[in-house]
Amino acid sequence: MSEQRFTLDDLKRILVEAAGADEAAPPDDDILDTTFGDLGYESLALLETGGCIEREWGIALDDDTLSDALTPRELIRTVNERLAAARVA
Amino acid sequence: MTAVAVTGMGIAAPNGLGAADYWAATLGAKSGIGRITRFDPSGYPAQLAGEIPGFEAADHLPGRLLPQTDRVTRLSLAAADWALADARVDVAAFDPLDMGVVTASHAGGFEFGQDELQKLWARGSQFVSAYQSFAWFYAVNSGQISIRHGMKGPSGVVVSDQAGGLDALAQARRLIRKGTPLIIGGAVDASVCPWGWVAQLAGGRLSDSDEPTRAYLPFDRDARGYVPGEGGALLTLEPTEAARARGATLYGELAGYGATIDPPPHSGRPSSLRTAIRTALDDAAAAPADIDVVFADGAGVPDLDRAEAAAISEVFGPGRVPVTVPKTMTGRLHSGAAPLDVACALLAMRAGLIPPTVHIDPCPEYDLDLVLYQARPATVRTALVLARGHGGFNSAMVVRAAPAGT
Repeated sequence: MSEQRFTLDDLKRILVEAAGADEAAPPDDDILDTTFGDLGYESLALLETGGCIEREWGIALDDDTLSDALTPRELIRTVNERLAAARVA
Repeated sequence: MTAVAVTGMGIAAPNGLGAADYWAATLGAKSGIGRITRFDPSGYPAQLAGEIPGFEAADHLPGRLLPQTDRVTRLSLAAADWALADARVDVAAFDPLDMGVVTASHAGGFEFGQDELQKLWARGSQFVSAYQSFAWFYAVNSGQISIRHGMKGPSGVVVSDQAGGLDALAQARRLIRKGTPLIIGGAVDASVCPWGWVAQLAGGRLSDSDEPTRAYLPFDRDARGYVPGEGGALLTLEPTEAARARGATLYGELAGYGATIDPPPHSGRPSSLRTAIRTALDDAAAAPADIDVVFADGAGVPDLDRAEAAAISEVFGPGRVPVTVPKTMTGRLHSGAAPLDVACALLAMRAGLIPPTVHIDPCPEYDLDLVLYQARPATVRTALVLARGHGGFNSAMVVRAAPAGT
């Protein structure tokens, strides 16, 4: 299993793939501590984002992980915890 | 009873994107029917369609909407934008509960659904987009238009194939009469993709001709089925008096409507289309002699053409009313066809020109005064639009020039 970590750049790429590019405010480095709700991602966009991460990174996220109160920093941390757990297992 | 006016139109048609392009093409007898380009049609018995050229969704819609929308929804959203802009409606000036959306749909977002089914089959359920939950759905166009413009009033979707386009406008009229001040109504359909194509082939009425000028020939002795197309029209509808009060320009009014279901195919009883026509005329308080032009459904299937010609002749008298089928230039757009005909009728009133039916050599048996080859100058104040859907749906709508303002 590789040691690759899930980064903000990975998340930004997946957000555009899953929820589309927002011309007014492309996801940038300042988004880390803003909730997905405040960034304008509604529940289905988050569900699709979670599905993209799961497929691409071969992990499973809990259904209640992806709420609109979640921030990108928290999601990145959770994904990396899952990846670490998968490497141990 | 509250009179209901059309104050804006958004058109997406195979022979023109936007009302001005569509009208110019229609008067110029320019057809949008050709060999399918959106997929390779070589393996199918029918290979012609009316495709809308030059629609780049990203030019019209925010990027956030693209991953979650089928082509039909992108076209619908653009047409709704145009219909509102044309009506010079300031959406922000309305209470959200005072605005609604009623569309008709024949297939929903088939191309989106096809992509997701292919992912399901080839890669597994976890590869199916979360947006599939609604992006394919019949009601998705109403829903996305409603969300985009904050329209939270009475809304819905009608599914009755080609007749649905008129049924949606009739439902919009009902909602305005019950007190909703603004409705976006009509339909855009688009399912020119392999899955949509085989579904239509299964219906058994597609023309297998590969000659664009000989494939779709309603009321012709060589009628051999229809060519499908994508597109339609969405209309901004308001109470006439309120629209006048805000200084809107009125295209005309939805004056009357009637709908029936045909008897079972083997009953031997005639189509009930004539009853739908008479009901629409009665609803509009119009006599047959008041109708200046009929926009026929034009199925292009001999039995259905015969029934429609008989109904028109019986109500109006043989050859007594001009009849036209501008959809000979677009193909049959399913739910989108009749709202486009309604828009076309309103544009005909404004221009004093009845647009032509193209490519056909009419069957003399039908006793119709078809407007052939080129537009015919005429005073058009009242028009009848007919639409028939697969399964026996018949709908008729009378459209009338708005009375002079006070």
